[in-house]
Amino acid sequence: MGREFSTLFYKETLRFWKVAFQTVAAPVLTAVLYLLIFSHVLDNHVRIHDVPYAAFLIPGLVMMSVLQNAFANSSSSLIQSKVTGNIVFVLLAPVSYQSFFLAYVLAAVLRGFVVGVCVLLVTLWFAPMQFVAPWWIFVFAVLGGAVMGSLGVVAGIWADKFDQLAAFQNFLIMPLTFLSGVFYLIHSLPSFWQNLSHWNPIFYMIDGFRFGFFGVSDVSPWQSLAVGSFSLSVLSAFTLVILRRGYKLRA
Amino acid sequence: MAASVAIRVHGVSKHFGALKALDEINLEIPQGEFFGLLGPNGAGKTTLISTLAGLTRPTAGKISVMGYDVQTDYRQARRQLGVVPQELVFDPFFTVRETLKIQSGYFGVKHNDAWIEEILENLDLTSKANANTRTLSGGMKRRVLIAQALVHRPPVIVLDEPTAGVDVELRQTLWRFIRRLNSDGHTIVLTTHYLEEAESLCTRVAMLKAGQIVLLDSMDNVLRQVSSHTLRVKLDGAPPAGLALTGESSGAWYAMPFRQFDEIEPLLARLREAGCVVREVEIGKPALEDVFIRVMQSGDVAVSA
Repeated sequence: MGREFSTLFYKETLRFWKVAFQTVAAPVLTAVLYLLIFSHVLDNHVRIHDVPYAAFLIPGLVMMSVLQNAFANSSSSLIQSKVTGNIVFVLLAPVSYQSFFLAYVLAAVLRGFVVGVCVLLVTLWFAPMQFVAPWWIFVFAVLGGAVMGSLGVVAGIWADKFDQLAAFQNFLIMPLTFLSGVFYLIHSLPSFWQNLSHWNPIFYMIDGFRFGFFGVSDVSPWQSLAVGSFSLSVLSAFTLVILRRGYKLRA
Repeated sequence: MAASVAIRVHGVSKHFGALKALDEINLEIPQGEFFGLLGPNGAGKTTLISTLAGLTRPTAGKISVMGYDVQTDYRQARRQLGVVPQELVFDPFFTVRETLKIQSGYFGVKHNDAWIEEILENLDLTSKANANTRTLSGGMKRRVLIAQALVHRPPVIVLDEPTAGVDVELRQTLWRFIRRLNSDGHTIVLTTHYLEEAESLCTRVAMLKAGQIVLLDSMDNVLRQVSSHTLRVKLDGAPPAGLALTGESSGAWYAMPFRQFDEIEPLLARLREAGCVVREVEIGKPALEDVFIRVMQSGDVAVSA
């Protein structure tokens, strides 16, 4: 893991930073709008985990931002490079597939992290927040970002056109993140949806992440950590295999 | 001592479904050569280059660059190779200098600023170094692509139609620079549709047709194959019968191929005797284009080392 990795990571980071208005500021605004609307409607009526609804919602929104932006970073960078053809610059270079994978995923984690921190800082204004177990917050942010960054690599490589990527985003990423307890407690769902949610790895990421704030969760953070790590391992292995084979990248 | 081999292509085939884009290609390019890869569109030139660069995996066969196999030892092989792709691609997020620094990093090259400046200067890009690549004209983008291929000082440089749609000035700048690199010992592989370019630059050529090499020889030998010069005369009136003159559709011009210059005088004498007035005379040298057309039209395969 040498200079080609650090350069590709730097390039991926510089890429989103150069358009930070679109890649950081825009998702922060979206998250704040969610918070304003939901907390205005529900704050006086709903308390979860013994905190006001707005306080409950904030970690969910932060994590959702981390996840969606991590996915967006690797997937949109790859599809743009493929459509414009400049992916060839990396393909012609002696960049190993492991370096390629790690650079794209870590840049995705970083973008998710930056957006997440910004969302948190802005939303702190709207509700008092506790940080019971900061390490869990950090661990799940990285884990969630890595899972989504890796999924973004798969989607970016698989999609030939922007609309295919949009379909991936709308029909897989959005349902996975929305039906994961961002806005509500899983316990409040009918049992069918509760059971279904337990098959959604994103649910564990958000549940574990929220545990870091309030010290309460649906399942043990250790179980969430296990599910998250397992998902990341499987997904990374799969992504590395398709990269090694040159799927859709090398004819 | 035999010159060591820069590129070795051994029994390489590439099939896309039923299409044989490359059909058992064998080729060796010694170090320091200026090699031309010619052929009509779809002959397999770009596929061969892609296979060399690791962008395409061969169905069969092996390729090595400076002794490194492009598949099993791909990282070493790619460090030896600088490829200028045919498509005019660029990354719209970065400036020219950023692009070149990033490309250096991909090849593991540190502290490359001096060489980057030298490349920029040689390609007349210095004034555009801080411009975003998106804002450059087509010719400028082409220069950036060439610069990118050179950041890691590769011993082997492959140019896939570098002068397609490029103005005269850039062509001259480019060829001056590439010739210098060649005389410094870099091996150059060039594909082009401009045959005069290949003729003046390349020391050896391969002609590809439908995925096969149909001719492989030194430029001198190739030109000797056509051997004949052409005498072209513009006449008042029709020439006498019995002369080996062929009329051209353009009217009063007639042409005759010849091998020795002393064949000219008797011909002119016959014309004078027949009362033809010669208005203009041109002598055409044997051109690569003549060989190219002949090779592409005939089916015969004439491969010699």
